[in-house]
Amino acid sequence: MRPMAAERSPGKGRRRPTLVAVPPTEDDRDRTPGRRAGDEDASAGSAASTKGPGKGAKARQAPENASTTRSGAAEHTAGTGTNARSGGPEDATNTHTGTAHTGPGGDPERISDVDEWGRSQHLRDILAKLYDPIYDSWFRVEWEGFEKIPREGGALMVANHAGAIPTDAPSIMHGIERELGRPVYGLADEVFKKMPLVNLGWSRLGGVQAHPDNAYRLLREQQHLVMVFPEGSKGPGKHYSERYQLRRFGRGGFVQIAMRAGVPIIPLAVVGNEESMPIIAKLPTVAKLLGLPYAPITANMMLGPLGALVPFPAKMRIRVLDPITLDVLPDQPRYPRSRIMDTSEAIRHAIQEELYDMLRHRQSVWFG
Amino acid sequence: MGKRVLVTGLGTFWGGRVAQALEQRSDVDVIIGLDTREPSVELERTEYVRTDESYSILSRIVRATQVDTIVHTFLVVDSSQASSRQMHEINVIGTMNLFAAASQPESRVCNVVVKSSTLVYGSTFADPVWFTEDSRRSARPRQSIERSLIEVEGYVRDYAVDNPTVSVSLLRFSNVLGEEIDTPITRALQLPLAPAVFGFDPRLQFVHEVDVIRAIMFVLEHDCDGTFNVAGDGLLPWSEVASLCGKRLAPLPPVGRGLAGAVLSRLGIDMPPELVELLTYGRGVDNRRLRNAGFDYLCTSAGAVRAFAEAARLRHTVGDEETYRYERDVEQFFRHSPAVIRD
Repeated sequence: MRPMAAERSPGKGRRRPTLVAVPPTEDDRDRTPGRRAGDEDASAGSAASTKGPGKGAKARQAPENASTTRSGAAEHTAGTGTNARSGGPEDATNTHTGTAHTGPGGDPERISDVDEWGRSQHLRDILAKLYDPIYDSWFRVEWEGFEKIPREGGALMVANHAGAIPTDAPSIMHGIERELGRPVYGLADEVFKKMPLVNLGWSRLGGVQAHPDNAYRLLREQQHLVMVFPEGSKGPGKHYSERYQLRRFGRGGFVQIAMRAGVPIIPLAVVGNEESMPIIAKLPTVAKLLGLPYAPITANMMLGPLGALVPFPAKMRIRVLDPITLDVLPDQPRYPRSRIMDTSEAIRHAIQEELYDMLRHRQSVWFG
Repeated sequence: MGKRVLVTGLGTFWGGRVAQALEQRSDVDVIIGLDTREPSVELERTEYVRTDESYSILSRIVRATQVDTIVHTFLVVDSSQASSRQMHEINVIGTMNLFAAASQPESRVCNVVVKSSTLVYGSTFADPVWFTEDSRRSARPRQSIERSLIEVEGYVRDYAVDNPTVSVSLLRFSNVLGEEIDTPITRALQLPLAPAVFGFDPRLQFVHEVDVIRAIMFVLEHDCDGTFNVAGDGLLPWSEVASLCGKRLAPLPPVGRGLAGAVLSRLGIDMPPELVELLTYGRGVDNRRLRNAGFDYLCTSAGAVRAFAEAARLRHTVGDEETYRYERDVEQFFRHSPAVIRD
């Protein structure tokens, strides 16, 4: 499959791009009541406005008629204020068929459902079907305290991160999206954005560049669930002998983000990710040459070339810790550094203790 | 008494259209257009003055005509249109002279609108998805066009600081699409295959050409002071843009894409380096500041793409419309001859 090429569909007038998912069909429409009306309403607007200015200067006035229909159509979904998406009931059901765009809302001119972050609910759904058996039968993911994850409103989830190709991120995102039916965005290092194909796949599935402005918009303005691994690449890049030893939690940026956005932090402790793809040796020179954060030799590679990509079926347990509400005013330009670092360290410590507790009770790496 | 407006770059796409829009307004008494080239659109009462591209006679014009409003549209935002020397002369030196003339003691200027571009934010892998007017660039500018526009904005800011009574609006326009405009992006989308960078599908933002003019008129009318992003709502992936235009994509290699772009430019397909970077990392700007000031967009990003695609299809079938040619004597006749009846 040529990833960048649009698919030719003979017979039909319009071609559809392959990497861009196709938005709502019949069954999706059921979930998005009112969309159809909006569709017609606004396409009338588009016709008028595109023909209006077409004749050049003499027809400058023409678009004015169109403006009423167009803005009318845009208004019921767009919302421009800071709380454009207040996480109401409509958001929960109507997750990503279109309303995720901050500006256009359900912009009827669009033909794909890729949102402003690059996420496509359609592709996400396809992947969920493929990932379901892996989640249920390979890792046999089990959650403890799942009810602590909010059904609406923004929250920043932080977890430990491990395995040469970390398996914790897809499991957490998949589990929450399946149970709660709301999207989860994962903040990732900018190094992903530089890699061809990787950046594309990651962003279509809900990955977002870990920039404070992005996190603020996701959490504060759109009230989404956001996941971040404060260890960064130091977590997955560590040797197997150091498993479940948390690395430094960055520079506490995640606490600052949660403070600014006024959302709770939900720490997660994940067990099983370390054993799914253990690193037994590292190749720093190769990493430097390829511009990667680390280049590992994993135990999985002993199983042949496919092993480089296939994780071991280690039993995965995810424990949700009590949400931490930060007792500060949101939207401040600065927060005390001491407060940030103390909170960051306290969260790191809490996850570390929880990991030790879970390991104390784990009887088998494979069966939990 | 109505406004007396000076428009720079009357012969350019934007200058001509701004002048046309100003002519429609009854509160504008005098419109003076400067350019090195003759206007390419039909104008009724705008006075065209030929200048050199760095406006050495500008201070005389400002003194003689007592203009109170300057609309500065004569900025090169497409590096395939001018050599980098020319671009420097037009953008940096032109703006410098313009503001030097506008800040002389006899000047009555109280309102300035500058048409800049979101190119000043750049496009790199470390960018946020949305730039606000106050966002900083993630990396130093590497393209000459970006450096040039950043320098221009420096002069605009200096002028605004030195003349606190003057309302200075700096508008940063996103990629413009529409029925008539011609940019490297519209040219790329009219090729048999639309160029792309392999393994990347950046999200882009567009603004309709009508919204550009409307935004300029809006800030003129409301004296909006400050910097504003002007861009349609929403981001859409380049692959979707191409399919809206009915094109398939032709991927360039991700490594050495700049070189590939340079080779294509040599072959006559304009791929300036800033476009190659845009097709790799994309760019989104937050348009809420202007919206909160009261401006309504007619078109979303996708709407602008659709408008362009429809016009391109029509052009493909029926060919270009006949264009206007400026004839000095004819214009003089219509404006000044007693034989013409005016009301």
